[in-house]
Amino acid sequence: MKKLIALVALLGAVTFGAVGTALAQQSVDTTTPNPTAKPPASAATTTTTVTETIKVDAKAGTVTETVKVEEKKEEAKPSAPTPNKGDVAWMLVCTALVIMMSVPALALFYGGMVRAKNMLSVLMQVFVTFSLIVVLWCIYGYSLAFTEGNSFFGGFDRLFLSGALDAGKGEFAMAATFSKGVVIPEIVFIAFQATFAAITCCLIVGAFAERIKFSAVLIFMVIWFTFAYAPIAHMVWFWMGPDAYTDPKLVDGLNAKAGMIWQWGALDFAGGTVVHINAGVAGLVGAYLAGKRIGFGKEAMSPHNLPLTMIGAALLWVGWFGFNAGSALEAGNSAALAFINTFLATACAVLSWSFGEWLFKGKPSMLGAASGAVAGLVAITPAAGNVGIPGAFVIGLAAGLVCLWGVNGLKRMLGADDTLDVFGVHAVGGILGALLTGVFNAPSLGGPGFVTDWVTAATGFTSIGEQLWVQFKAVLVTVIWTGVVAFIAYKIADMIVGLRVSEEEEREGLDVNYHGEAAYHG
Amino acid sequence: MKLVTAIIKPFKLDEVREALSAIGVQGITVTEVKGFGRQKGHTELYRGAEYVVDFLPKVKIEAAIKSDMLEQVIEAIEKSANTGKIGDGKIFVFELEQVVRIRTGETGAEAL
Repeated sequence: MKKLIALVALLGAVTFGAVGTALAQQSVDTTTPNPTAKPPASAATTTTTVTETIKVDAKAGTVTETVKVEEKKEEAKPSAPTPNKGDVAWMLVCTALVIMMSVPALALFYGGMVRAKNMLSVLMQVFVTFSLIVVLWCIYGYSLAFTEGNSFFGGFDRLFLSGALDAGKGEFAMAATFSKGVVIPEIVFIAFQATFAAITCCLIVGAFAERIKFSAVLIFMVIWFTFAYAPIAHMVWFWMGPDAYTDPKLVDGLNAKAGMIWQWGALDFAGGTVVHINAGVAGLVGAYLAGKRIGFGKEAMSPHNLPLTMIGAALLWVGWFGFNAGSALEAGNSAALAFINTFLATACAVLSWSFGEWLFKGKPSMLGAASGAVAGLVAITPAAGNVGIPGAFVIGLAAGLVCLWGVNGLKRMLGADDTLDVFGVHAVGGILGALLTGVFNAPSLGGPGFVTDWVTAATGFTSIGEQLWVQFKAVLVTVIWTGVVAFIAYKIADMIVGLRVSEEEEREGLDVNYHGEAAYHG
Repeated sequence: MKLVTAIIKPFKLDEVREALSAIGVQGITVTEVKGFGRQKGHTELYRGAEYVVDFLPKVKIEAAIKSDMLEQVIEAIEKSANTGKIGDGKIFVFELEQVVRIRTGETGAEAL
């Protein structure tokens, strides 16, 4: 199947690359010809450029004529925003940081927690899922999530990324940020968002680890990514961008083109709903459908290498700065706020989980501290640029304790063998963070509020109750949507190849049976 | 001839070896083992999952000796492996029928 996808991608890239030149740039974007060859946009620069062009083209034209033509050109086409090099550099670094979060950080974090006989299966599931989703993202995923369509799904304008760039002509479409007149090359945005889609799918792997067939994982991922990740990303994050809001008359029309949850006004800075609740619930459904591991609750299933888990968690923390602060889409105040919140909330959660464990379980464990870090990171994700310092303190401290309950009391109540607690940490932490974002966004609690009018970019706040309700609705839609899609996706995978490995294979380990190799020798 | 087998705490191994060398024991065999006795195991907690670890790591040493050294050997092990706490281990003594040194073919007490 992988061969098939690769072949399709290759053929598609060739075909669409050729057609790409003929395709017009999309309405949401403004094109800057040869951005690398020119200094940042200003009226003067544009004028000079146009004049030069005309002089060369018209050769014999008089000075007066040239000026006239130049003025007309300027009126017809206002200077297109040029990306700031700092913003582009920042977003490229953030994208690479998120790749580090998945491969290797998440893979090691997960891998250390399974038994030695299944180590490679987890590393492989994360590694290959990541790659699979990046390929699907470039074929159709980005288009489905981030182009204009209806309020649930995007369209097909960017299939095979057509229209995002014309490398031959040096033309790059620009993607909007959250500031008027600030843009980044769309391909940077595409790559950044690709890493989000990919890591979200990788997160799910932890829930059914140690007992599921590799082929079933891949089939599930393709279906779930297409029908759960892409639409939820579209619903929460797609909008027409700040530059489109030029006139109060346009507001209703532009809002109507955005994703449903965005229209409601739900705040999700870096993916509490899209990433963590989405993956956590899909994981729980998988844990139920795959069934418990043989010997669950009877045999010891201790983590085989907690130092690797610690390294993974630590790399996740570092990478998460790209994830959260990068979600500002530019290097500015919003990114800085997201950065300090990601820093502080995570440290708070490490402390609260560790001390909670010490208090209730007798000993503070390394696995607990690492889990606390991830819980804090998850919970601050939707809040990162949406709350102030008080919010980071409370969200972080609460995340450590609530997720500690998520992997203990709640886990026992649910009765599923969620191998690596994807639900207990990611869904629980994500829901907590999403709801508290609605509380601590309030300026009265030190939050920045949100933009109430995109024409003037004025910020404000309604009321905590109202925003909490909006956040709750966003969580509810995500939980139901991803739950239903995940259920169907697992059932389809089960029908095609079967979810579960045989008892003998499970006892012997997935590494040797599904990958033909062993992680450790001797 | 006697075969003395002792189960001791792993960190006492060096002291036991020194004590045996000091009284003239020519060689011992050491194996890392697991087991349980009166000393209870411990529990390990990984997030919500609690596992009781019943089998504790111990070291087993075996020494083949002349019968007249038996009291000395037992005393040496007993003293050097003692911490006074539960889990210090046990000493087992067996009759040894025959010993052969592979290189020279010597047998009996000469092979020890």
